[in-house]
Amino acid sequence: MKDILELVVVLTAICIVAGISLAKVYDITKEPIAEQRRIARMKAVNAVLPAHDNDPDQNKIQIPWKKVKGKEESILIYKGLQNGRISGVSFEMANMGFGGELKVMMGLNPDGTIQAIEITKMAETPGLGAKILEPKFKQQFEGKSLQNCRFKLKKDGGDLDQISGATISPRAVVDAIGKGLNFYKQNKNKIMQ
Amino acid sequence: MTIIRDLTNGIWKENPIFRLVLGICSVLAVTSQAKNGIGMGLAATFVLVCSNMVIAAMRNIIPAKVRIACFIVIIATFVTVVDLIMEAYFFELHKALGIFIPLIVVNCIILGRAEAFASKRPILNSMMDGIGMGIGYTLALLVLGSIRELLGNGSVFGVVLLGPRYVPFLLAILPPGAFIALGLLLGLMNKINTKLAL
Repeated sequence: MKDILELVVVLTAICIVAGISLAKVYDITKEPIAEQRRIARMKAVNAVLPAHDNDPDQNKIQIPWKKVKGKEESILIYKGLQNGRISGVSFEMANMGFGGELKVMMGLNPDGTIQAIEITKMAETPGLGAKILEPKFKQQFEGKSLQNCRFKLKKDGGDLDQISGATISPRAVVDAIGKGLNFYKQNKNKIMQ
Repeated sequence: MTIIRDLTNGIWKENPIFRLVLGICSVLAVTSQAKNGIGMGLAATFVLVCSNMVIAAMRNIIPAKVRIACFIVIIATFVTVVDLIMEAYFFELHKALGIFIPLIVVNCIILGRAEAFASKRPILNSMMDGIGMGIGYTLALLVLGSIRELLGNGSVFGVVLLGPRYVPFLLAILPPGAFIALGLLLGLMNKINTKLAL
């Protein structure tokens, strides 16, 4: 009996101390982490938007997109303004890559052509799938739109370059961008308001 | 002098990767690049040193029957601390290492050293053991990561060494390449050790 009591007391005490210290560390790092994530996101937004003179972080709207398991999923849209007029929009699309979730930040001109794209999150194989990070791959999207390009890899019957040795990663990126452009097309009026 | 011995033990004689062959899963996964190897090695070293010291300090209080549970709580706490601090202050590195930081919790080296060493020895010795094992682990990851990155991508730490003419040996950075490279290195270590013993 005394035995069991000792086990319980020691293990509980250790867990309490661990819990308190974790709460403390979480509290201290909470703001720096949120700030780091924001900086990383805004860096991508500013990189893909056409020329603008506002802070896109101050001009953003949520647009509902689709229902996933009964829950409404929406997309956060950052607007770039030049002299008070919308010069472009930027938003993030997600897709499943080879090594987990993959996110693409895309910047569009008001007419729906791509200004630039940036990969904001990925866990693809270094040296293979991770080549989606290379400028050569990313730059091929610039100036493309639903009108002048089929958003599929060449080997899938589309117009976009693949990467040798990797299929799934570039396909996921292309797919995400295609979906993003369609989303923009359908919601253009709401976004441009 | 035992302190020095405890320190050097982990670097060669009982190198966690090449001699004990512990915690191989994450090693195989992260060593596709030298940089990731170093980051993972340093993070694991920090956890190992901290958990070894705390467990050594509490070795007379922790009841034998629940020791594993206690070790795991202590280790998991330090891993979470490392995870949060890295994300807050070393965002880029944290992004590169991704899922492998939380996985340090189940890395057998850390629990193994807690069980085999820290739960029986004084704090200072345990700290030295943690540092030594950490250095050994980091070195092993560095060697493996450099070889794989060089063969598979022609570079080390992102610096291109083999020039544009080199055709990358892609297998080296794919999972099978990790097994093959580690196997060859283990063989080499065994060979050297037998030679030294003679």
